[in-house]
Amino acid sequence: MTASVVVTGLGVVAPNGLGADDYWAATRVGKSGIGRLSRFDPSQYPSRLAGEIHGFRAEEFLPNRLMPQTDRMTRLALVAADWALEDAGVRPQELPAFDMGVVTSSASGGFEFGQRELERLWSQGSEYVSAYQSFAWFYAVNSGQISIRHGMKGPSGVVVSDQAGGLDSVAQARRQVRKGTPLVVSGAVDASLCPWGWVAQQTSGRLSTGDDPARAYLPFDARAAGHVPGEGGALVILEREDLARARGAKVYGRIAGYGATFDPKPGSGRPPALGKAIELALADAGVDAADVDVVFADGAAVPDLDRAEADALNEVFGARRVPVTVPKTMTGALYSGAGALDLATVFLAMEEGLVPPTVNVEPADEYGLDLVVGQPRTTEVRTALVLARGQGGFNSALVARSAD
Amino acid sequence: MSGRRVVITGLEVLAPGGVGTEAFWSLLSEGRTATRGITFFDPSPFRSRVAAEIDFDPDAHGLSPQESRRMDRAGQFAVVAARGALADSGLDLSGLPPHRTGVTVGTAVGATTGLDEEYRVVSDGGRLNLVDHTYAVPHLYNHFVPSSFAAEVAWAVGAEGANAVVSTGCTSGIDSIGYAVELIREGSADTMVAGATDAPISPITMACFDAIRATTPRHDEPERASRPFDGTRNGFVLGEGSAFFVLEELESARRRGARIYAEIAGYATRSNAYHMTGLRPDGAEMAEAIRVALDEAQLAPERIDYVNAHGSGTKQNDRHETAAFKKSLGSHAYATPVSSIKSMVGHSLGAIGAIEIAASTLAMTHHVVPPTANLHEPDPECDLDYVPLTAREHTTDAVLTVGSGFGGFQSAMVLARPERTAA
Repeated sequence: MTASVVVTGLGVVAPNGLGADDYWAATRVGKSGIGRLSRFDPSQYPSRLAGEIHGFRAEEFLPNRLMPQTDRMTRLALVAADWALEDAGVRPQELPAFDMGVVTSSASGGFEFGQRELERLWSQGSEYVSAYQSFAWFYAVNSGQISIRHGMKGPSGVVVSDQAGGLDSVAQARRQVRKGTPLVVSGAVDASLCPWGWVAQQTSGRLSTGDDPARAYLPFDARAAGHVPGEGGALVILEREDLARARGAKVYGRIAGYGATFDPKPGSGRPPALGKAIELALADAGVDAADVDVVFADGAAVPDLDRAEADALNEVFGARRVPVTVPKTMTGALYSGAGALDLATVFLAMEEGLVPPTVNVEPADEYGLDLVVGQPRTTEVRTALVLARGQGGFNSALVARSAD
Repeated sequence: MSGRRVVITGLEVLAPGGVGTEAFWSLLSEGRTATRGITFFDPSPFRSRVAAEIDFDPDAHGLSPQESRRMDRAGQFAVVAARGALADSGLDLSGLPPHRTGVTVGTAVGATTGLDEEYRVVSDGGRLNLVDHTYAVPHLYNHFVPSSFAAEVAWAVGAEGANAVVSTGCTSGIDSIGYAVELIREGSADTMVAGATDAPISPITMACFDAIRATTPRHDEPERASRPFDGTRNGFVLGEGSAFFVLEELESARRRGARIYAEIAGYATRSNAYHMTGLRPDGAEMAEAIRVALDEAQLAPERIDYVNAHGSGTKQNDRHETAAFKKSLGSHAYATPVSSIKSMVGHSLGAIGAIEIAASTLAMTHHVVPPTANLHEPDPECDLDYVPLTAREHTTDAVLTVGSGFGGFQSAMVLARPERTAA
């Protein structure tokens, strides 16, 4: 049973736009949300730029009782889920509870909440730790809170694989729809821009240390020297296509194919496995490389990783130069939120027939990629490949196709 | 029972009371408990001061000094357990296409112990809000993302297929294995090294459970502190550990002549959509997960020979799941033995589901049902056969194991012999 699974709703929380409309208005014209960290003074740290979401006031959208028990990432995720359901025209309270599930990803959990409670523990004592610490920071919290808010009792889950997680969660949601759950909320939001999360991120060895937002995150550029991290992501509504059509839903497109691999241990001498993930995703979707209209690349902006990604793309697409873009140059790398946001962006790109640009980058010839830089490119987008990688060697590839 | 079926061909357990499957089974079958006063740090500031700790020496279990240094304790457990499970299976992965072998690791709280320790340093004991990165250990990012556990396991066994951490609170162990089963069934993998790990016994974890009075304050008799289904129980005992499995597609396991412990015949998870930590007493969502798992296994409730309960030893859990068993199994709930090994090895959060799958598997191997230790005066509202105090010889061909977790997750898994008949 391989029922077609479609996306019917998008909820976007991104540094360059809150809500899918604002996000797309910014992204289609190359407007970046990257700047100097403002939530705390980053002067003392090696990296000082981030993709921060400004102007998000959770109180406007969520009941007061949720405030003491939620980390910022959960508030963003709850609002993104609300928006995605609204966009899909779904009123969960009218649907059978076991017919709806929630599968999200989270790379690092609620770090800001965690820092505050660790600070209380070590500076004041254990009796000052919040009663909500037992769950507010943990990786499962967004799925749990979304399921509670909307009364969703169907199969739910949480998949964690660093930045690959957003795509992995959507693939798991697709499995649940195919197994018989009509509607699953999926995707990911991460937000660890607190000092403790920032210090942990410094040790990835992959962050840019520049201070100029226009020069700090340059994937596939000879000047590439790391990426800028950000916060946010997207939640999407997955439905079985026949059921979505029967209720007259607007269909953004299909989740057509998926593949995941893991790179061999460094030093093993074996080749990296991203190309294999792409091949698996294309085969799962039943499409040829020639059918792919655009690739949303991982775009690590670390020379070795850019090389590995370009090699994989050139191996799969051969002499045919497929357009490649990295819209996360406008948001920063959002950890698990990255793949989910790229997927939402794919559907917005399909709707308009426009590939958003990779900003600030002068593509280095050595990678041999047709990178969409400077201006957006007007072109029909019917089949898109989205790539996401996680530190350690996680490779995920997802093929999305237009609905008609 | 058509399509690709998934069987367990190797397992390894690291649980309190002794590292290794043999030590684990002798603890359970003898009904001994491994709960004790906390030794890892000074527990005197805490309300709950007991835990089920493992005496674990990473060097003795084959971890190199650098592996030990870069991994949190929970990651160390996972690597040791995964290697042990692979050795137990006798499978030589090097002869198989690497991208057809995947890894899943369940964990509820990831590297929380490592993060607690490192936070204390970079914040200088909680004094610095702008924590000092110059005191951060170089591998801190591995603690930041628990997916590092899955990476370490994949490196340890040489797997290049789909790889992920599954983190659904206290059902992570069942859900990790369930996720892996799904990958083999759908054809995305032929072999999965799947399990779960947690090492949460740290000040921040004790503090967070103290705050909601979830853990027991019974520290005068630590060895008798975990009392699921007993009328005097007053909270769970935190534990730690890991269990890993080698899962294979049935036909390929048979072709290579593998020892088959059990088939993972059914799995389902549902959410209560009610409360992050609270449970409704009717157990409806757990009952639904059990019903679907039995249906997938094509087994009637009467075919279940043993129920391995979540049995955490909180009043709301014990009543919730007793209701769920009655709702899903009907009168058979009263006829089948039900027990909680948390009475002996404590509650290791995301790991325990996998450890309980191991206990369920071993019950099938030995035809012995582990007991619920410390059960002297059953709660009148818990009126099933909880196998008090001593293990029982009992023909065990099909087992139901369940989990219930913060976030509202309710999961159920059915293990059975692959040669069984349907219904």
